[in-house]
Amino acid sequence: MLDKTKIGYEFNPFTVDIEKGRLCFFADVIGETNPIYKDETAARAAGYKTIPAPATFMMSVELGSPDFLPVLTLLEMDIGRILHGSQEFEYPGIIYAGDKITSVSKIIDIFDKKGGALEFVVIESSYTNQDGELVGKARQTVVYRN
Amino acid sequence: MSDIQVGSEIPSLTLPAISRGTLALYAGASGDHNPIHIDIDFAKKAGMDDVFAQGMLSMAYLGRFLTAWQPQSQLRKFTTRFATITNLYDVITCSGKVVELIEQNGETLARCEIQACREDGVQTLAGEALIAVS
Repeated sequence: MLDKTKIGYEFNPFTVDIEKGRLCFFADVIGETNPIYKDETAARAAGYKTIPAPATFMMSVELGSPDFLPVLTLLEMDIGRILHGSQEFEYPGIIYAGDKITSVSKIIDIFDKKGGALEFVVIESSYTNQDGELVGKARQTVVYRN
Repeated sequence: MSDIQVGSEIPSLTLPAISRGTLALYAGASGDHNPIHIDIDFAKKAGMDDVFAQGMLSMAYLGRFLTAWQPQSQLRKFTTRFATITNLYDVITCSGKVVELIEQNGETLARCEIQACREDGVQTLAGEALIAVS
């Protein structure tokens, strides 16, 4: 069973550079056709400061942690047994190309179902830009197959 | 005044069939380096028949679908539950509609029920989006 005493654990904050090339790569891979996601001129014409990160890119900020998925080490989880259960994003602002985004994350719950056959870890994160503005919030549930 | 009403449908988006190439490229672009999505040997050792799609790939498709309808600057909240694994060769369609208009922080928000489905109609992702319409 996963160590429930880790509920409340705060991960080390980290900061990620939001690179334009990476955003363009992401946009290409998901087949994005809206020019604002690759072209600064189109982005500005649509009222954005510059190229915005696509709506789900917040997760890629999280995956930019110096230790890939630090929850795995913390809770001694095997990466082959994790599944993504659910994901929530809130958008108090927008993440832009060129930003430096700081992620702060914390484990807010660990519970099990089906007599421990499945365990769940809920992690809440917030994302702040270089100007101290809160630009995103996320909550993810990781499912662990026992 | 917006013409978005309860019952308004969001134009659906059907994606190309999931390929190994897409999974590999998405792993690189998203930073999700979990080998279960890109390395068949690893996937088999973990008890799967083959690699399978990152849940976040389908959520990214849903994001594309939402922001093709309304600008991303209007998006306030976006949530999904991953109901079923998305496999190789699945053809995913994103669809959804406005189910409620609510007032929040001085804005009118369209609460939309959204989903990603396979060709056989089975739901892979189900969720909700709140989008400012005023």
